[in-house]
This record gives sequence, C-alpha cells and structure tokens, in this order.
Amino acid sequence: MHAAQMAADNDGVRTARRGQLKVFIGMAAGVGKTYRMLQEGQVERDGGRDVAIGYMEPHKRPETSALAEGLETVPRRRLTHRDTELEEMDLPALLARAPELALIDELAHTNAPGAEHEKRYEDVRDVLAAGIDVFSTVNVQHLESLNDQVAELTGTRVRETIPDAVLGEADEVVLIDLTPEALIGRLRAGKVYPGESIEPALNNFFTVENLLALREVALRQVAQEVEAKRLVVEQPLGTREERLAAEAPKAVGERLLALVRPQPSSQRLVRRAWRSAQRLGTDLDLLWVKPPGQAIEGEVERQVTALRHLASVLGATLLIEESDNLVEGAARVVRERGITYLMVGESLPPRGLARLREPLPQRLMRATPPGVDVRIVARRGSKEDG
Amino acid sequence: MSVERVLIIVALGLGLAGGYLIARSHKGGLRPEAAETVHRILLPFTGTAISRRALDAALRLAKAEDATLMPAYLASVSKQLPLDCAIPAEAAKAMPMLEAIEQRAAGQGVPVDSRIERGRSYRHALERLLDHESFDRVVVPATGEAGAGFSGDDLIWLLAKAPAEVLILRPGPEDRRFVTAKNGSRAA
Repeated sequence: MHAAQMAADNDGVRTARRGQLKVFIGMAAGVGKTYRMLQEGQVERDGGRDVAIGYMEPHKRPETSALAEGLETVPRRRLTHRDTELEEMDLPALLARAPELALIDELAHTNAPGAEHEKRYEDVRDVLAAGIDVFSTVNVQHLESLNDQVAELTGTRVRETIPDAVLGEADEVVLIDLTPEALIGRLRAGKVYPGESIEPALNNFFTVENLLALREVALRQVAQEVEAKRLVVEQPLGTREERLAAEAPKAVGERLLALVRPQPSSQRLVRRAWRSAQRLGTDLDLLWVKPPGQAIEGEVERQVTALRHLASVLGATLLIEESDNLVEGAARVVRERGITYLMVGESLPPRGLARLREPLPQRLMRATPPGVDVRIVARRGSKEDG
Repeated sequence: MSVERVLIIVALGLGLAGGYLIARSHKGGLRPEAAETVHRILLPFTGTAISRRALDAALRLAKAEDATLMPAYLASVSKQLPLDCAIPAEAAKAMPMLEAIEQRAAGQGVPVDSRIERGRSYRHALERLLDHESFDRVVVPATGEAGAGFSGDDLIWLLAKAPAEVLILRPGPEDRRFVTAKNGSRAA
C-alpha cells in the first residue's frame, strides 16, 4: 500500500485537506534557508502547533543545529546500497507520526535506492497528500528550467534538480536573500563550510560575479511566482493548475516580439530586442511574415538559417507566419502569443504612392490589441538609439 | 468627340490607374526577398576586444571588393551544457562587440552580416562555422599573447581547413589598438 494512502487511512479527517507547502528559496548554500525554516518551525511550535523535523541537514553548522533543539526529529532510516549505508528521511515513520507541520530540508535531494521515491520532492508530495503542512528549502539552481542558465553563468552544473511545477505547487515561496559580500563574509568566517573547503569554494563557485548573477535569477524567479499567485487570487475559479495555465501569458508580465526579415540588418533589431527582453526578464519571439509562395532558397535560406541560429543562441523563438499582409500576420501572432511589446525596424523613406499609406507602426498599433507597445529600432547610420 | 468627353475619359483612365497602384501598394508591401549573391569576408574573433588592425584590414578588403563583412563571435560552451543550448552570458559579451564592429563598418559603408557560433572550444566553434557558412576570405589576427585569440596551431589548422583565402595578420609592434564594446576602441 502506498505510504500516503496508509496515512490517509489512519487519519481520515486530515486527508480531507491537502497540506500547505512553504518553500524557502535562496541563491546558494549558506544564505540561511535551513536556519530560517527552523526559526519559523520554532515559532509555529511556540504557537501551539505540533511540529516535527522530517529531515534536516545541519551541514556541520553549529548555529543551525542549535536552532533545531527543542523540535522533535523523526529518526532517519538507514538504507544499504552497494555495501554503503546511507541515511535518508523515514517517510513511512513521518507519515505514521503525522505532525501538523513537518520540516523537510533540501527539496531537490535524490534519495538512495530502496526509498519509496527517487526524489525528496516526491516524498513531500506524499506528506502533503496526507494533510501535513511542510516547510522545505531549495536553491535556485536546482530548478530544472534555470539549471542550464545557472550552469552557463557560473560554470557549475548541479545534478539534483526539481521540475519547476514543484515550486508552482508551493502555497508560499520565501526568498532568503543575502548580498554576495555578506555571503562571502559568512563563508570566510567558516559559517557555511568547514575550514578546508573554504578556499576552494571562494575560488570556484562563490565569486561575487557568480553570486550576483544567481541573486538576480533568484529575485526574478520569486517575482514571477508572486505575480502568478496574484493573478490566481484575482480569479478564484478552477484548479490552481488550470488557472496558472490560463493566466500564463499575463503571469510572465511582458512578452516581446520582434518583426524580422531574412536580411542581415534584422540582426541588429534582434540584438536590441534581446537586450530589452533581458532587462524585462522575459521571453523573446522573432517573427518573419513570409509572403505566400516565396521559396526559402539561396540568400533567403541563408538568412533564415542565420536568424534561426541566432534565436537558438539567445534562447529566443523564430516564428514564420505566411501572409500577404504584414500587419494582419503580425497582429494574429501578437494575439495568439499574448505579446505586450512589439519591436520593428525603421523603414526606408516611402517613395511614390507609398507616401499616401499610413506608416507601419501606426497600422500595427491599430491592428493589435490595446496595451501593446510598439517600438521602432533605428537603422544603423540614421541615428543611435539608446 | 468633344473635348469634355476626351477629358472625362482621360480622367477616368488616370483614376483607374491610380486606384490600381494604390491598391497594390496597400496590399501589405510584402514582396519576395531578392535573392542575391554577395562576397563575404569572415572575421572570427573571441573575447571582448578585437585587434583594430585586423578589423581595419578586413574593412578595407570588404570595401575594395564590394563584399559583406561577416564578424563571427566564437563562444566556447562548457562540456556540462548541451552544445546547442542558449548561451545568454556569452551572447551578452558578443552583442556589444558586434555592435561596435557594425558601427565602425557603417562609418566606412561596408555591409555587415554577423554571427555567433558555439563550440566546445574556439577552434571547434570555428570549424562549425566553416562547415555551414560560405565566404571568400578569412581574416584572422595572430596573437603573441598566450591564451588570447588564435594560437599558431589554430592558424595552421585554419589554413588546412578553410575553403577560402586566409589572410593572417602577424602581430606587429604597432598592433596595440583594439576595438572594444565599451569605448569603441582603445590602446593596449
């Protein structure tokens, strides 16, 4: 029988509601996630709640261990794998103990073979399903979608990851923030790692540059979570997943679209659009409205390939929409993808009867939904935009 | 036929012709992109500065041959990452460099078609670029500094591998000026 189901059978009242999940997230080890989790656990216990530590990793930090005193700890269990004895959280014992609130450190941890689940977040799901509230901790680089980005920023890839949906399931996400300088100070003072590990850590992962980048990623992540939750509160219908999916275009705040053509000059537009997307912390789409029947061959093919390649380098998406009307084609994509920001290159001065036509930005403004901003990127040589 | 009738017929004709032209121009102005063959000069570089001498040489050649300059930023992707993953941190370094090169090229009226290429090493990135792009010349600055730009081995490899003319600029005592992202150019 499934462990969570056993707990459900033992306590029918509690399983009527799912437990609440609160996640303490930080940019790196040592910012104080476990410490804060224990502090809040103590406050809950003092408030009269039944609190137990399901699993805690003190990392040989005396201050952290001291804070766990007075909180009941469910003993770990030992699992033997290839003649090695490993300690893991005892999920069945925790479910049997059934506290009101369980403190479970390191959400992204991979369990030893022989445990109920491969990953700890799966254990946490069982605990929540049994109606037990959970406080847990995670570092931002453990989020699957950010793993590549963080690895590129820091040169260090973590193997233990959790799907982003796990963080999405949290009822509350608390960012434990610390300036890079303060964290490095804590590291130097031996409050994060023992003496022999301090110098290697300072020389590799714990550089100011790495920590600044990670801090930014963590702040953005939590900001997105807050935005998503705000939208959920506004529309209390349907399941949480359905609401998040429905509101996804709005939850990300801004979404940029750059109108490109298979020409080298479009690359500058893409660069400008990408920098804006970076500043806004949002995704970028590139759109070429292709005239019907136009063959993608020769120089056109080469430029489309170059744009696709650039999009891949930047993490953007190149869309090709077939239409004989640029404005209609672009407006359709704007509506479909929830675009809020449209960037176009500066057109050449109109000649002949084209002078009678309304300029492209105005036509785009009229054709797209209200609230979509249109920005014109100047041609090289005409003027420098900021 | 009276003069009035002639004038009416002429006016109608002009109106129809004008209407047709306006309708054509209102159709969205989307015409197939013109296919053209251009000469290209590849200028591969790494890092956040490029030898001004090499850039000027490439621009002079491009101008003389009516060619397009193809500056290519070579990015080294860690083995921990998939080779085709997005590389925003590298892109953030490449962007201002490509802007600075484009700006300098625009001043001389040379068209630019830039690239960012990924590889496990700079040489691997260059190899990938050679595999899927075509060009008529390659301009590379040799460097006397260890760990910067292309080494002697890289250049020998390039001479054997590149399907185009390779122009290697040997480092000279006067080669102390660089084009960088921040200030356009600087002296070493």
